Amino acid sequence: MIDRETVQNVAKLARLGLSEEEVDTFGNQLSAILDHIHILQEADVSGVSPTAHASRKTNVMRVDAPEPSYPPEVLLANAPDQDENCLKVNAVLEEE
Amino acid sequence: MTELYKLSITEAGELLRQRKISAVELTQAHLERIREVEPKVKAFTLVTDELALEQAREADKRFASGDNLHPLTGIPLAIKDVICTKDITTTSGSRMLENFKPPYNATVMERLNETGFVMVGKTNMDEFAMGSSTEHSAFFPTNNPWDLERAPGGSSGGSAAAVAAGMAMGSYGSDTGGSIRQPGSLCNLVGLKPTYGRVSRFGLIAFASSLDQIGPFARNARDATLLLQAIAGHDRRDGTSSTEPVQDYEAALSGSIKGLRIGVPEEYWVEGTQPGVVSTVKANIERLRELGAEISPVSLPHTKYGVAAYYIIAPAEASSNLSRYDGVKYGYSYRDTSDMWEAMEKTREIGFGAEVKRRIMLGTYALSAGYYDAYYKRAEKIRALIKQDFDQAFEKFDALVSPAAPTVAFKIGEISDPYQMYLQDVFTIPANLAGICGVSIPGGFNDGLPVGLQLLGNVFKEDVILRIADAFEKVTDYHTLWPNL
Repeated sequence: MIDRETVQNVAKLARLGLSEEEVDTFGNQLSAILDHIHILQEADVSGVSPTAHASRKTNVMRVDAPEPSYPPEVLLANAPDQDENCLKVNAVLEEE
Repeated sequence: MTELYKLSITEAGELLRQRKISAVELTQAHLERIREVEPKVKAFTLVTDELALEQAREADKRFASGDNLHPLTGIPLAIKDVICTKDITTTSGSRMLENFKPPYNATVMERLNETGFVMVGKTNMDEFAMGSSTEHSAFFPTNNPWDLERAPGGSSGGSAAAVAAGMAMGSYGSDTGGSIRQPGSLCNLVGLKPTYGRVSRFGLIAFASSLDQIGPFARNARDATLLLQAIAGHDRRDGTSSTEPVQDYEAALSGSIKGLRIGVPEEYWVEGTQPGVVSTVKANIERLRELGAEISPVSLPHTKYGVAAYYIIAPAEASSNLSRYDGVKYGYSYRDTSDMWEAMEKTREIGFGAEVKRRIMLGTYALSAGYYDAYYKRAEKIRALIKQDFDQAFEKFDALVSPAAPTVAFKIGEISDPYQMYLQDVFTIPANLAGICGVSIPGGFNDGLPVGLQLLGNVFKEDVILRIADAFEKVTDYHTLWPNL
């Protein structure tokens, strides 16, 4: 059972704002979904190595050489706020 | 002559090359069809009519000179709004990206642009490709052309509905757990999910990176080969794209499946599948036998864990992928506060819809301390077992056959329980977990609604499943039928 406190903690980890109503709804819905997912605990997975991807590859390397990139103006065109070719954000460090 | 929008890509290509029709005429016929039926179907988030006519004029120049012709030159196609189109709004079905204009093209768009195709528009989808009905679009639901009160499936519902309604000759979608094959099934189309790594994911807005794959919707198998051929192949910008040589898919359509060994997974006859779907699919399996295929049962013992494993793995990857939407770099941004954390939390609260939030929560929970081993790590072990099931099956079989979806198209609003909606993908999810290819093809009708047949092939065996699809079309006419709109 996912209680309100757990929902709020997980939302905090995900930096996801939730309304009071969503906290209740998601608690119930996530509990129900996890009940279904509980079937995973029945499977015998002893000695099985986990697979993180379906690719048949192991690793891919490329030469570490500089290549032309996009001009800052192009990449900043979708930015909500900018100043002198930099992203403008709220203060990150708080005053003591 | 039959209406231009009803032609297959192969037929239209022939007429274009013979200069019996122009690309502009063909495009205008589709734009006219869009004006006529799009108000009822609502498949598009954006109709790019001016661009389409411009591209059609360019295509006609190619036909005039006879140079640089490709089977897709001048062919009107639709693109799921999760694929980045340079300077053209790409929303991913989300408020978060409502005004996002990508600074670059996805690799598939670069390749398609080289063919001289015509883009008629960007198609509606469940937000960030999370859903099986297109009802989770932040903008509006799409209606199934076969019954406007029903959903077209999802998440690529707009791409499916556009082709089923004759508003595009083919389209592209993305499939993470069934998002091409299930809407293909519900809309009477050929819907193909290529092998993981066959098509570049560069410029595909990420949902679950180890599962996502771009693929085509078409009204017949031959058209699907042309649409796949145009986008398949290695791309250095996607480290997971494969260097495996690309086959000539159209050449693989021999018309014969004599002697092909086709397995019928015993575990795919599950409770909750509509009886009409079961009987239709079983009758079609007999047809494949009559065509000379060797049909026998096969066991994929870990199938019953597929949906559960997927609903840990996909949300876990999504919660990580979607952490980039923070209101700082692009997308929706909440500005009415000077507090950094509040701005970020509000941005995500307002920018994301309910299903996306649900999956971010589920994924974050499954990855959090104390639950990681019980959920995420266990799910990845089950993923290995599901892959092993298929590896063993493909030692004995060339392809597998099953229903594509457990039901025919359901009414919009009918499925309100999230997990019931997740079960729409019960037959399609295992292929994504294992990275193999799969296609849903028109298999008949039940109460007037399409039933899809799913063919699964081993990695890089798209040629085999498309060959079966094509042979099946030669003895059936389901793929030639049109909805009354």
